[in-house]
Amino acid sequence: MKNKKFSSLLKEWYEGNLSFDERMDSDIHKKETAETEEKEIRLVKDVEKAEKELTSKGYKFFSVIFCVILALILILTVNFMPLFADDSTPTANEVYEHYVGEGRDQTGAVNTVAGMILDYRAFDTLGESFVLFTATCAVLLLLEQSKKQKVKEKESFTFSNDPIVCTIVKIITPIIIVFGVYVLFNGHISPGGGFSGGSVLGAGFILFAMAYGEDNAAKIITPKIIRVITICSLSFYCLAKSYSFFTGNEFNGIHSIITPGTPGDIVSGGLILPLNIAVGLVVCCTMYSFYMVFKRGRLD
Amino acid sequence: MDFIMNLPFATIVLSLFCAVICFAFKDKKARFVSYFLLIASGIMSASVIFYNLSSESGYFVYRMGHYDAPIGNEISAGLLEPSFLLLFEVVMLLSLMGGSHRIMRDVEEEKQKYFAIMVNLTHASLAALCYTNDIFTGYVFIEVCTIASCSLLMLSKRTRALVAATRYMIFSLIGSSLVLVGIILLYSITGHLLFPQLYEAIGTLWSTGEYTFPLTIALGLIVSGLAIKSGMFPFHFWMPDTYGTATPSASGILSGVVSKGYIFLLLKIIFRVIGYEVFLDSKIHYLLFLFGICGMIVGSVSAIKTNNINFMIAYSSAAQIGYIYMGLGLGTKAAIVAALFQIVAHSLTKPMLFLSVSGLSDTVDGKQDFATLRSSAHNNIVAAVSYSAGALSMVGIPIFAGFIPKLLFSISAFGHGIKTYLMLIALAISTILNVLYFLRTLINIYSPAKVESARKTIRFKNVPTFGVIVLLMSALNILAGLRSQPIVSLFEKGLELFINIR
Repeated sequence: MKNKKFSSLLKEWYEGNLSFDERMDSDIHKKETAETEEKEIRLVKDVEKAEKELTSKGYKFFSVIFCVILALILILTVNFMPLFADDSTPTANEVYEHYVGEGRDQTGAVNTVAGMILDYRAFDTLGESFVLFTATCAVLLLLEQSKKQKVKEKESFTFSNDPIVCTIVKIITPIIIVFGVYVLFNGHISPGGGFSGGSVLGAGFILFAMAYGEDNAAKIITPKIIRVITICSLSFYCLAKSYSFFTGNEFNGIHSIITPGTPGDIVSGGLILPLNIAVGLVVCCTMYSFYMVFKRGRLD
Repeated sequence: MDFIMNLPFATIVLSLFCAVICFAFKDKKARFVSYFLLIASGIMSASVIFYNLSSESGYFVYRMGHYDAPIGNEISAGLLEPSFLLLFEVVMLLSLMGGSHRIMRDVEEEKQKYFAIMVNLTHASLAALCYTNDIFTGYVFIEVCTIASCSLLMLSKRTRALVAATRYMIFSLIGSSLVLVGIILLYSITGHLLFPQLYEAIGTLWSTGEYTFPLTIALGLIVSGLAIKSGMFPFHFWMPDTYGTATPSASGILSGVVSKGYIFLLLKIIFRVIGYEVFLDSKIHYLLFLFGICGMIVGSVSAIKTNNINFMIAYSSAAQIGYIYMGLGLGTKAAIVAALFQIVAHSLTKPMLFLSVSGLSDTVDGKQDFATLRSSAHNNIVAAVSYSAGALSMVGIPIFAGFIPKLLFSISAFGHGIKTYLMLIALAISTILNVLYFLRTLINIYSPAKVESARKTIRFKNVPTFGVIVLLMSALNILAGLRSQPIVSLFEKGLELFINIR
């Protein structure tokens, strides 16, 4: 390359025959089939290629420098921060006082956290539950194998023949599920709520699937059920909160019919109880479908 | 007409709801839900613009729930928020429709509904990023946007796209985590999450000199996190791989809309949270200015070096984003208006370039290197025409949209000492480099082929929607270039509202 004249180099560049960029492999846009085995081989190759690009010295050097500087800055910052849980911290302001002082009467929830996330700041929680939904969809689109492909059943480790695990799970699963439902329904009265109750519930179903075999679990909890539950709870959340946002602004001229009720009762706290249940169901479905898709590559 | 004040919140909830509905669909019909959503929200955003133009203050705050700030959540809309959302909606709709024939081919049939879901979720998060008046709500929807945009990339059948999406994910997550750490620091020293209260608290802290160091670090982390997510130099290395391997609609949506959404949130944070004076006083803008200029040059040089047309356009994205940060970094109102117009010009042009390149490379069996693409213009005339329009706009030829921001940048550059020279020289060099690589491709695709190879001729009637959409995008581009004054004055008004109204 060095011996050539500048003008001929320029011509070569202009016609696209001169390559500076190693990454320019023209085969990346070849039409590719969706055969699973071939795909795996290709994926390994592509990852190796990408690794090669990343192990160049400059890349490594700058990434280490970036991380070290960032860590040093963050450690230095801690020095200047206000003391944690001190009375004089800026976070102990009127917002905090309002949440703790009036939360019980305004929202009807004895559990202040539930009142905060599902009433005062319900819009954030709406976003959070959609983060879960987005994650479920992302995992499904990435890992779910189509029915047409004949997937080789990979030998995987199951507990379904293990006498100790099976027996214990038989005893423990109903208790876990009942506990999950309890946490879900008492979210506004005691510590807990949608996210924690939902994950307990999801863990219960995952244990069940592990012990009795995923095939059997998939017959009981079909993909259709998961889909219907997810769709219903998220739509309910959207609609319920739309009503509350709409009535929350006086210029619309409608007043909300939802009242906080008597704090401490099981049916109290306005929308908090149904929203807790909706969030819990979404969390439960997300966890369970993550497990099934990672383990089997499909939900059914 | 107060009813219109409900529309920003209706846009967000409607798009979330549509995403859930698409999950119930079994086939590719789901994309019609996306079309409906984008058209409906476009109308809603337009009516919010008109409402605010005719109302006295031009700005309103909408309470999300029954409690006033700082106890409850809020969203707010001035002039810039609905205008940019409208731009994002138009660009998303056009790139979705124009690339629909490629989506059918690039994405497995059973997974096409996920494309619609992810488009709806991206739209929901962009709407929330535009309208939010609460920094934590902003973070939540940044998360949604990250996962959704990454999924759009993963949907391609190519395995290389998976690797590229992973790389994008890593960069994007670095950005989000920096933003999150910044928000946590900011909350611990101010005790607030809503924009108006944060603004007050930051102003007090800055003037009393209390917690200055953590405050600077927090602001720096938030700004740099969002900058990384939008692909500022030197964090632009994910661009060529992701834009080069994804299906053209996804590349268009990512480069034209998603990265601009983060920039818009950054702008909103700079003016509504940090405050214009504190931002200029904290000297963060010098960094943005420097990195912006470096990005302009480095992106263009990389674009010259590559032989793949999609990679070239991706690198040119890095350069164009450099322009935006240069404008933000200069810090004057005129420069920021220029940066806003640059967002418009780039969002209108990049998706069109990706679509038309896909049309060109379809004639040579999907190959993308210049040697093979030579003379492909004669086999797909519509794509070649729109590619030419896009390339000329990127270079900055008058009558195209890309000319206006360059003009506005140069005008705003004068009177800032050393920065004037830096900016003018950078603009000149970057324009020359742009000419070099864009005209090279233009001449290449029109010149006769040296070697005869198998080519497929694609006529207008083969893919009519594609043809109509790319021509429409070219027309929009020229319209924005010819009638720039109303847009500029809208942005000036909106920026005034951003700075002054609390």
